[in-house]
Amino acid sequence: MNTPMNEKDLDNSGRRIVVDPVTRIEGHMRCEVNVDENNVIRNAVSTGTMWRGLEVILKGRDPRDAWAFVERICGVCTGTHALTSVRAVEDALGIQIPLNAHLIRHLMDKTLQVHDHIVHFYHLHALDWVNPVNALKADPVGTSELQKMVSPHHPKSSPGYFKDVQTRLKKFVETGQLGLFSNGYWDNPAYKLPPEADLMAVAHYLEALDLQKDIVKIHTIFGGKNPHPNFMVGGVACAINIDGVGASGAPVNMTSLNFVLQRIQEAQAFTKNVYLPDVLAVAGIYKDWLHGGGLASQNVLSYGTYQKVPYDKSSELLPAGAIVNGNWNEVHEVDVRDPEQIKEFVDHSWYTYEGGKKGLHPWDGETAPKFELGPNTVGTRTNIKEIDESAKYSWIKAPRWKGHAMEVGPLARYIVAYVSGKEYVQEQVNRSLSAFNQNTGLDLGLKQFLPSTLGRTLARALECELCVDTMLDDWHQLVGNIKNGDSSTANVEKWDPASWPKEAMGVGTNEAPRGALGHWIKIKDGKIENYQAIVPTTWNGSPRDAEGNIGAFEAALMNTPMERPDEPVEILRTLHSFDPCLACSTHVMSADGQELTKVKIR
Amino acid sequence: MPQSIETFYEVMRRQGITRRSFLKYCSLTAAALGLGPAFAPRIAHAMETKERTPVIWVHGLECTCCSESFIRSAHPLVKDVVLSMISLDYDDTLMAAAGHHAEAALEETIQKYKGKYILAVEGNPPLNEDGMFCIVGGKPFLDQLKHAAKDAAAVIAWGSCASWGCVQAARPNPTQAVPIHKVITDKPIIKVPGCPPIAEVMTGVITYMLTFGRLPELDRQGRPKMFYSQRIHDKCYRRPHFDAGQFVEQWDDESARKGYCLYKVGCKGPTTYNACSTVRWNEGTSFPIQAGHGCIGCSEDGFWDKGSFYDRLSNIPQFGIEKNADEIGMAVAGGVGAAVAAHAAVSAIKRAQHKGDQE
Repeated sequence: MNTPMNEKDLDNSGRRIVVDPVTRIEGHMRCEVNVDENNVIRNAVSTGTMWRGLEVILKGRDPRDAWAFVERICGVCTGTHALTSVRAVEDALGIQIPLNAHLIRHLMDKTLQVHDHIVHFYHLHALDWVNPVNALKADPVGTSELQKMVSPHHPKSSPGYFKDVQTRLKKFVETGQLGLFSNGYWDNPAYKLPPEADLMAVAHYLEALDLQKDIVKIHTIFGGKNPHPNFMVGGVACAINIDGVGASGAPVNMTSLNFVLQRIQEAQAFTKNVYLPDVLAVAGIYKDWLHGGGLASQNVLSYGTYQKVPYDKSSELLPAGAIVNGNWNEVHEVDVRDPEQIKEFVDHSWYTYEGGKKGLHPWDGETAPKFELGPNTVGTRTNIKEIDESAKYSWIKAPRWKGHAMEVGPLARYIVAYVSGKEYVQEQVNRSLSAFNQNTGLDLGLKQFLPSTLGRTLARALECELCVDTMLDDWHQLVGNIKNGDSSTANVEKWDPASWPKEAMGVGTNEAPRGALGHWIKIKDGKIENYQAIVPTTWNGSPRDAEGNIGAFEAALMNTPMERPDEPVEILRTLHSFDPCLACSTHVMSADGQELTKVKIR
Repeated sequence: MPQSIETFYEVMRRQGITRRSFLKYCSLTAAALGLGPAFAPRIAHAMETKERTPVIWVHGLECTCCSESFIRSAHPLVKDVVLSMISLDYDDTLMAAAGHHAEAALEETIQKYKGKYILAVEGNPPLNEDGMFCIVGGKPFLDQLKHAAKDAAAVIAWGSCASWGCVQAARPNPTQAVPIHKVITDKPIIKVPGCPPIAEVMTGVITYMLTFGRLPELDRQGRPKMFYSQRIHDKCYRRPHFDAGQFVEQWDDESARKGYCLYKVGCKGPTTYNACSTVRWNEGTSFPIQAGHGCIGCSEDGFWDKGSFYDRLSNIPQFGIEKNADEIGMAVAGGVGAAVAAHAAVSAIKRAQHKGDQE
């Protein structure tokens, strides 16, 4: 397969299309493409259009507070930055957390994964495949039959149910106030679902909206609220009291554990009865739309996640590893501490490095913002019509693994896990591919199907299934451990900063909903000296580097034909398959930045 | 069970409101929007036909936690809000269209509903670098914000970003992010702070405005009194332990397992005005203190810059006891901490007077 991965493979001579704002994502993003005379994308430019500077704000603060600041990097993947932050601090200080805390954190982390994936598919991504206006033409009886066929166990499947949904939609559309559906591309031939499937999807859009508010209640039990549940260095703050005095007022007790179990079971039923069948049904109808693979077929990266045995990386359900140049026979080891493996570049990013340094490892990271546009920009500094990608053009840096631009995310995790021989993942992927081939009469191989926009969307759904299944394991293990007499939730030996070394450095990693996430911290005299995060959308949304290597968003858009270049359905489809998160991706750290004013009130 | 679309008039009639009351409501709406009595019949007409109140929801520097919280609303369900109560004409997080089609939707709403739409703002504008730390449609977000505010009937500041500045405005505020009242000075702004605000508080503010046809009563800082007039401490289920002098001393100690007061491990409940201990979170499931972690004070102005979340509120010059939101509103948490210390002392004295009652 000929995947353009470098700017030398691109052609920007054709018509320029600008999409700004890219909607149905977290944060602010712009995308420009050039299409050739056949309306095929031959150049793609992705620009992160926001910057908040959180890490410079962290300098000089109490490392135990860092989780709350970085949690606010993103309210969509809420909690994953907090978790990664407490891991970084614990790594720096040599703190190991109790088993119960490990399991509760897993339950919270997977709750996020499940919530995020479901909301992404139904509320951010679905409208790239589903045409709600077309659902008005559906025969509810046909939708009911379709529902029973793709998912015999889903209870909401009667013709009357779908008729009600359709009636509500009809009245909504007839008001002329289309709200969120205004100016959609509803007569674009890129939409291919029959009306009956569109109606089913609209019903599930609403069902998912109801369900998502319930699954997050697991965060509310363990972390007090959602979005932005509370985390804590050394373990979890939710003490366990099953049968002692005051148990009913304790955070974790018999009723709250029962409550959590019920939420897991509901999420599991929805995932298996609705989410997965919907993704496969959509894939079957869009079987000819296998665009959007980009870097996925070549370079993918995972830090690994979900350790069955705490602090044992070999026990991870989704393992760490890097694959480069499309060689699935070799999974490279990834070391986030190695200064030669991960580096960030700013040649095309709105930052400068002191003394013109090249790439920097995050422990040595520095950033001074520098907003400047290239000479070929069309428009002005505060009214950009067309951006100049030959110069600096994004608030996102360009991270590279051993010099390679990498794709991260559910698909990257699933490719690494599959080729690493993880049986659960292999069974899921094989089962899905054979269902796809059976439904469509095609005979695609794994490498033809998986690295694509549809493959990315499928991997996310499969991962959701993995999470709901293993959340049950985590829950039972937690209860079993409590039954064995262990109610410990926190290791407070090093809570007091007086017990810390004068200087320490650490790294925390996680596989966030959108991909590999790392936080690097340096602590000095009990305060944060350096804090740096490289987040999934920094990898995927990366601009070009000095060698001309393009990022995952840009690569995935290449060679995609557009039905109507003025209506960016195809661009949105592929960008959304990454679930971009722009507030996450733009960050700064200045090793020699401004000193913070002392703000302690003591 | 899905419901059909109803006009506001139909909803009100169903709830037993008379035609006469409905017309009165329309007059109040006109007054609340500053439109004068002549507009009341027009509002009545709009309510009787199929017009839902248009809402434009813009995003500045933020993390989208407010949008995420909004969709968690259980009563009313967010699908009912979006399908039957308001017309969410522009919201870049959820809308189908993108690019210039999205911008056109924004423009159409502003033109068609001049002076009638609600502007909801999530996040805030950065002023440094000519505003280009946050770009929408190739231009500074600040431009979009001012443009959309110009013809809005009222402005809602969602969350601590829009209300106070929040995390990106924490020292040293590298982008010079500012709360929206710094750049919108000629409109009523309803501040709904919190990081994020509670879902049912968000939909509660909106449904109040739609149902009663007026802005909720606000405190001196612009927050609806119905949700922000009491401290979390005032209604905390662990309050009796505070009064009894029963405190968590260290994480996961016996007191933590018994659900004692978190004041000594840094809880900011005594200085935080919010509805967490009453409305609670996620359909009333729990709230931070119930889940064992102290309140971090996320609905308070500048809460990021008031010391560690684990520092005890104490050792501060005395301020006063049992002040209400308006009286101490402008004070920093440190100052308020004094009140807590004094309050703790008073509680201890009361406890001494009733020794033997408990423990």
